[in-house]
Amino acid sequence: MAPTRIAGWGRQFVEGEELQPETLDGAPPVLFRGLGRSYGDSSLPAASSPIVVNTTRANRIIHFDAATGVLRAEAGFSLADMNRTFLPRGWFTPVTPGTSQVTLGGMVAADVHGKNHHVDGCFGSHVNRLKMRVADGRVIECGPDLERELFLATVAGMGLTGQILEVEFGLRRIPTPWIWQESQRVGDIDEYITCLKDAAKDWPMTVGWIDCLTQGKHLGRGFLMKGRWAQAHEAPARFPKELPNIRLPFTAPEFALSRPIVQAFNFALYNSHWPKKKVGLTDPFRFFYPLDFVQDWNRGYGRRGLTQYQCVLPDSAGTGAARRFLEILSKRGGASFLCVIKDCGPESPAYLSFPRPGISIALDIAVRDDTQALIDALNEHVLLEGGRIYLAKDQFTRPEHFRAMETRLPAFQAVRAKWDPEKRFKSAQSVRLFGD
Amino acid sequence: MGRSLARLFVERGDWVALLGRDAEELARSQSDLQARGAPGVRVVTALCDLEDTGTFRPALEGVEQSLEGLDTVVVTAAVFATQEKLEADPVLAQKMLTVDFANTIVFCEEVRKKLLLRGTGTLCVFSSVAGDRARKPVVLYGAAKAGLSAYLEGLDHRYRSQGLTTVCVKPGFVKTAMTAGLPTPPFAGDPDEVAQTVLEAIDRGTPVVYAPPIWRAVMTAIKAMPRFIMRRAKF
Ligand SMILES: Cc1cc2nc3c(=O)[nH]c(=O)nc-3n(C[C@H](O)[C@H](O)[C@H](O)COP(=O)(O)OP(=O)(O)OC[C@H]3O[C@@H](n4cnc5c(N)ncnc54)[C@H](O)[C@@H]3O)c2cc1C
Ligand SMILES: NC(=O)c1ccc[n+]([C@@H]2O[C@H](COP(=O)([O-])OP(=O)(O)OC[C@H]3O[C@@H](n4cnc5c(N)ncnc54)[C@H](OP(=O)(O)O)[C@@H]3O)[C@@H](O)[C@H]2O)c1
Repeated sequence: MAPTRIAGWGRQFVEGEELQPETLDGAPPVLFRGLGRSYGDSSLPAASSPIVVNTTRANRIIHFDAATGVLRAEAGFSLADMNRTFLPRGWFTPVTPGTSQVTLGGMVAADVHGKNHHVDGCFGSHVNRLKMRVADGRVIECGPDLERELFLATVAGMGLTGQILEVEFGLRRIPTPWIWQESQRVGDIDEYITCLKDAAKDWPMTVGWIDCLTQGKHLGRGFLMKGRWAQAHEAPARFPKELPNIRLPFTAPEFALSRPIVQAFNFALYNSHWPKKKVGLTDPFRFFYPLDFVQDWNRGYGRRGLTQYQCVLPDSAGTGAARRFLEILSKRGGASFLCVIKDCGPESPAYLSFPRPGISIALDIAVRDDTQALIDALNEHVLLEGGRIYLAKDQFTRPEHFRAMETRLPAFQAVRAKWDPEKRFKSAQSVRLFGD
Repeated sequence: MGRSLARLFVERGDWVALLGRDAEELARSQSDLQARGAPGVRVVTALCDLEDTGTFRPALEGVEQSLEGLDTVVVTAAVFATQEKLEADPVLAQKMLTVDFANTIVFCEEVRKKLLLRGTGTLCVFSSVAGDRARKPVVLYGAAKAGLSAYLEGLDHRYRSQGLTTVCVKPGFVKTAMTAGLPTPPFAGDPDEVAQTVLEAIDRGTPVVYAPPIWRAVMTAIKAMPRFIMRRAKF
């Protein structure tokens, strides 16, 4: 098979060979990847081991228990497929990221978090069992009470401990397939932090969008969205219509995301939320996956692609941390189209799980000549604040920065060494950051 | 493509029997369809190997019983190999010709008798655009599929008035395990979309369906090309 170009969601390509078998049974002992929705290089093969196995054809349901909601499926089963199958029956995943184009394997390997992190934690904490194939070829079941070390290293382990073949976890009963949403305009970043913390007390799901170009007094203005599943008496009896799905017909030219255009977009978005507060019903597709509406929106970032920078600033850094971060960002002129802010709940016991109590900020950044310098500066700042970055988004972090941020790394590497002493499972990211 | 189509069947409540040669794989697909299916859907399996004509009748009779009758039979199974591989390996070539042409037709003959006996029914078979015009990369595979398409057209002429509806599916290039590793040409299709097209054709009884549909136009153009161009063309 001829080598092809493979990329994550940020469209930073590497050469490699991507196998896409119908079943994972005979797959070679190399890195697995799902739908490639991690932004950076975590799902990309290392140059020294250029083969990667795409799991998306292994997407069968093994078992669903309609009494308890426990679902077991092959690792390539996607969240979009899950929603299509189970949402109409009144079941929903306990944790969802901001896109439904992810696989179960990817949700476990990145230990994804969602709008409900402050109450429900990450996806991994809802997993009962993983069926895995480890480096020596053995197929093993693991879970919170079975081969616990392997389990905790595999959740958030970015595919580096072995191949996840099947995932078993509990779906949640939902009262209706509708969301009751309240959104409110927020004037600046300090008010934002207060609002987020307040909202967390009453709402199971919260997330905010901020305009990170407006400087000075209005720095960090935006709007905060709060939601919960609607009760039967609040919602129509019918099932909501899915968003139409459009494709970007071409890769956008570079100027499409130049600073004035991003500024105009952010200004328009902020002012579209004219009433201070909006309340009402919406559907889960619009609420959870607004970006899925355009299938390959990443092509909108042009030929050079994009990266996402996501960090968490811990509570210990104090309430001013988010403002300081945005000030650094705006000083460096980082024009981010989309900036998302969210408060995180308790840390998971999984070794490399990203969230910890504090404020998470995620920025989509078009890749330019100065991107490396920008990420370096943000990382130095985050290090000072005692925070860390999210591997599922990362493409540019330097190994020394990551090691300094991630105090749990040696413990993770020790478990990994036990299960995969020859480092058969490595990625472009693990070579870059862990020196594999 | 078979998996995608079976999912559409069970989602709308049709009962389905899966035939194949790997019992464990069949059981896994059975659980998947059972979980996805509408309430009350019945999914059964039976072992059947297109290399072994002796398996055909027992498989069909078994599932006919467990499903309480068959009204539609779909054949998606086939083998494929590049022209280079088939030329280099006569055993493989013979196996491909046997499975894709002779034995597929023997299987269809069993089905034909059953459906005619029942009075009405649909036989849907996956042939290929490769059977529409002889081309350099698919001399042998194309020959098998051309023969299969001719057989299906004959069935349609002869038996439609007696209640047997024949649907000949002609996939263009579809991204599946079969085409893994081949360079992707323009108009490549996705198995879920193809399944949707095929399901509509089965419901309507369309005798010939191209999937994705754009391949009808592509093949019309290729069929119109004179021989001296086809001798030079690489496709
Ligand atoms: C628009 C958008 C919004 C997003 N929002 C969020 C969000 O709100 N919260 C959040 O946490 N994340 C979010 N993400 C990131 C995304 O959820 C994660 O990157 C997720 O891991 C992607 O899943 P995937 O199936 O595409 O995996 P891939 O990107 O293909 O792979 C991700 C990692 O998982 C590993 N992996 C995948 N499958 C397996 C397997 N079977 N066995 C072992 N390892 C495996 C890969 O090796 C790789 O390290 C978002 C991404 C996008 C594009
Ligand atoms: N994909 C394309 O681009 C394309 C184009 C034109 C036509 N087609 C035709 O479309 C149909 C479906 O193809 P696909 O792409 O979905 O291919 P596929 O994924 O390879 O499926 C083919 C199936 O046939 C089964 N099979 C092979 N030999 C068998 C045998 N001796 N007995 C029983 N089952 C056997 C295989 O089962 P195992 O798992 O047991 O091997 C496999 O499940 C085929 O008829 C193919 O010729 C495909």
